[in-house]
Amino acid sequence: MIRPAAGARFAPGDAVRVLDMEKEGHVRTPDYAKGKPGWVAEYLGAFPDPESLAYGGDGLPEKPLYKVGFRQTDLWDGYGGSPEDVLFLDIYEHWLEPREHDGEEQRS
Amino acid sequence: MSENGHDHPHEEPRHESSPWAARIRAVEELLVEKGVFTKKEVKAQVEYMEARTYENGARLVARAWVDPAFKERLLSDTKAAAAELGMDASGPIGFMTLENTDEVHNVIVCTLCSCYPRAILGIPPDWYKSFAYRSRVVVEPREVLREFGLELPEDKRIAVHDSSADLRYLVLPQRPQGTEGMGEAELATLVTRDSLIGTDVPRAPGTRTNRFEAPSG
Repeated sequence: MIRPAAGARFAPGDAVRVLDMEKEGHVRTPDYAKGKPGWVAEYLGAFPDPESLAYGGDGLPEKPLYKVGFRQTDLWDGYGGSPEDVLFLDIYEHWLEPREHDGEEQRS
Repeated sequence: MSENGHDHPHEEPRHESSPWAARIRAVEELLVEKGVFTKKEVKAQVEYMEARTYENGARLVARAWVDPAFKERLLSDTKAAAAELGMDASGPIGFMTLENTDEVHNVIVCTLCSCYPRAILGIPPDWYKSFAYRSRVVVEPREVLREFGLELPEDKRIAVHDSSADLRYLVLPQRPQGTEGMGEAELATLVTRDSLIGTDVPRAPGTRTNRFEAPSG
């Protein structure tokens, strides 16, 4: 089911941060996750780049896609739910950068 | 006085008079005129979507409850598991099934638009596409679930899945207690549409609470 990406940069368990970039167009990275720390939960395969595909481009080269986990308390100031709550987003590799582990990764 | 008999206009059924619908029709006409697709193909696609309902998801869940090997296949390759039950989800979109457990309850949203596993479950409910659901369930999931009539144990972790890219998600809810004697077809009737999104859970017959009922005491 999963098509391997040549040279996927991240592996499950890696600590990552979503890049805080302003970018116009068909971007699939929600604003609320920009700049936030998370971890790679799963590698989902390589997919045509939606930022090119949406405008008649060929979407190539394909982008590695990851399921990235976040602690809700890292996403929202004053999160009112349990500190155990999590949120997952599917993020393309060019929106992620590595960060130092803080020992809280890999919560399912 | 307008033709509907009072002094304010009425939205036509199915919102056919809205400017958005008019725009979609105009774009459709243009694409047909340019030969990108035919009217027949548009009709076939509408019928493809309308032929699918959440009952497909209910069948997948019920089979997974009675057949552990099928459950493993559903969790590892949803598309192949759907094909086993005769559902054609073979389009380019990928699917992933998320298992609810004693520890974690999954709930699905698409904050950017309205991504939904349409090839399996058909058309999403209107509230799924609403700004209120999409903006609130990520920030205050427990409160939103409570408004759906779903009260989760305090110690259960909530995992919100924002389907932001190329995969579509459905939830495999937990089999309710008290259903040990039930067969697959009967179990499928317990699986609600919302329980496949995570805003509800299946309940054993006779235990469903009516959220509109006045609280007792």
